[in-house]
Amino acid sequence: MLLSNLSYVLASVLFILGIKKLSHPKTARQGNALAALGMFIAIIATLLSNGQIDLKLILIGVLIGSAIGALFAIKVEMTQMPQMVAIFNGFGGAASALVASAEFLKNGDMSTFTVSTIIISVFVGTLTLTGSFIAFGKLQGFISGQPIVFPGQQLINAILALTLLVVAFLLVQSPGEINYFYYLVAFSAIIGITLTIPIGGADMPVVVSLLNSYSGVAAAATGFVLMNNGLIISGALVGASGLILTNIMCKGMNRSLANVIFGAVGLKTEATENTSGKQIAIKSYSTEEAAMIFDAAEKVIIVPGYGLAVAQAQHAVREVAEFLESKNRKVLYAIHPVAGRMPGHMNVLLAEANIPYEQLKDLDEINSEFEDCDVALVLGANDVVNPAARHDTSSPIYGMPILDVDKSRTVIINKRTMNTGFAGIQNELFGFDNSIMVFGDAKDMLQQLLKDLKDL
Amino acid sequence: MDINILTVFILAIFVGVEIITKVPPTLHTPLMSGSNAISGIAIVGAIISTEINGGVGTYLGLLAVILATINVIGGFMVTDRMLKMFKRN
Repeated sequence: MLLSNLSYVLASVLFILGIKKLSHPKTARQGNALAALGMFIAIIATLLSNGQIDLKLILIGVLIGSAIGALFAIKVEMTQMPQMVAIFNGFGGAASALVASAEFLKNGDMSTFTVSTIIISVFVGTLTLTGSFIAFGKLQGFISGQPIVFPGQQLINAILALTLLVVAFLLVQSPGEINYFYYLVAFSAIIGITLTIPIGGADMPVVVSLLNSYSGVAAAATGFVLMNNGLIISGALVGASGLILTNIMCKGMNRSLANVIFGAVGLKTEATENTSGKQIAIKSYSTEEAAMIFDAAEKVIIVPGYGLAVAQAQHAVREVAEFLESKNRKVLYAIHPVAGRMPGHMNVLLAEANIPYEQLKDLDEINSEFEDCDVALVLGANDVVNPAARHDTSSPIYGMPILDVDKSRTVIINKRTMNTGFAGIQNELFGFDNSIMVFGDAKDMLQQLLKDLKDL
Repeated sequence: MDINILTVFILAIFVGVEIITKVPPTLHTPLMSGSNAISGIAIVGAIISTEINGGVGTYLGLLAVILATINVIGGFMVTDRMLKMFKRN
């Protein structure tokens, strides 16, 4: 036991050093390798110091898991990273819940403390699993990205939560009653689903971060079940990480966590109410006309949004940017905290296209740059550039920090159609005097734009 | 309950908050996939649960080993794949 406990200390130190090195892209890769080394040490030490375990069974499990994990890691497209993280959150939660369940089924005699920690681990782990699968389904398009709501939803949630508390109480009272345990699993699974279905597509960054945090909480709870420091420390780190990201995402939308989870923002009904009043007159340009504007620009800021990911246009963006840079134009990228479907989604996409990370600027760094910017090119982003957030108190996005693209000399907005963003509201920016719309798929539009730029 | 273990948990949260707030937004996606991998630490518990003659628990342990390994291997590999792409000028 001493060997494995020492190894967990070492592993924890390596995890912490690994995350510390994530503070800069230069050292980040080394940090990831350190964390992986920590994990390797913890696994080997656990195998060596437990005589009672079934080595053959473990080997089979590790081989199957490695094959599936490696396949995911190699095959996944950068645009699909939110889905992958979502499903991995689910696996992490499930693994922790399973370990706690195994402990419950094996031991007849348990202290109230152990039973309580098992209940927490099974509850959080199971709800992470089902919640993550719903999130995965929404991100992948298996389930509608629209919030799914029905009358009495909050009431049903409240009843479910109450029932769960009763079941948990009964289980603590009589841990021998196996049926209570099954009820616990069932209700946790249902709560995971009912909490996730009413959340809309654009709010997914919050949900994915939150589920990330839950998977850490489940691991820490399992650590308390097993009295294992390795699980407790790692779980605490992951739980803290997910919570910090959740908080950043909520701030990026100026909404409370409760509002994201229970607010069901993005409902169609809201959209019709808001758009019925005024029609916006827009100017639609061809890429050829847009190219002429670019030709006269000294400074260009590109604002990527989820539409860029959908169109897989990250390489096309780089080609246009490189052409402009070859003509000595300055090109920067403005990344809103909630652009895309998970924290840092746009940064990874643009990094994949070999765009240097120094050119990617976050909200605070970039907003002052729009004042002397000639062209702001908005690619598949909508709510994060909607000036209504600044002044329209009736807007669902009022108060949300936005990218001040409207302060640029010209704003060129690429969208597929005039459809509203995920918040379901029309964007007044499109009707501004300095705004120009170029319709079409982001990738096709950029490729055509590049051709037109070269022809000038 | 052992108070030491609670101490460890609470101090670990503080350390976590301290170091994670220093991760820049540009690396938030690798941070998430990396923490996916770290939450695969459940594999340690899973290994312990595959006790010989542990009955049903052993098979739950096996399933936990598979899921946790997916997280560990997939998480670290995809994080490395992403971090490789972050380049300077």
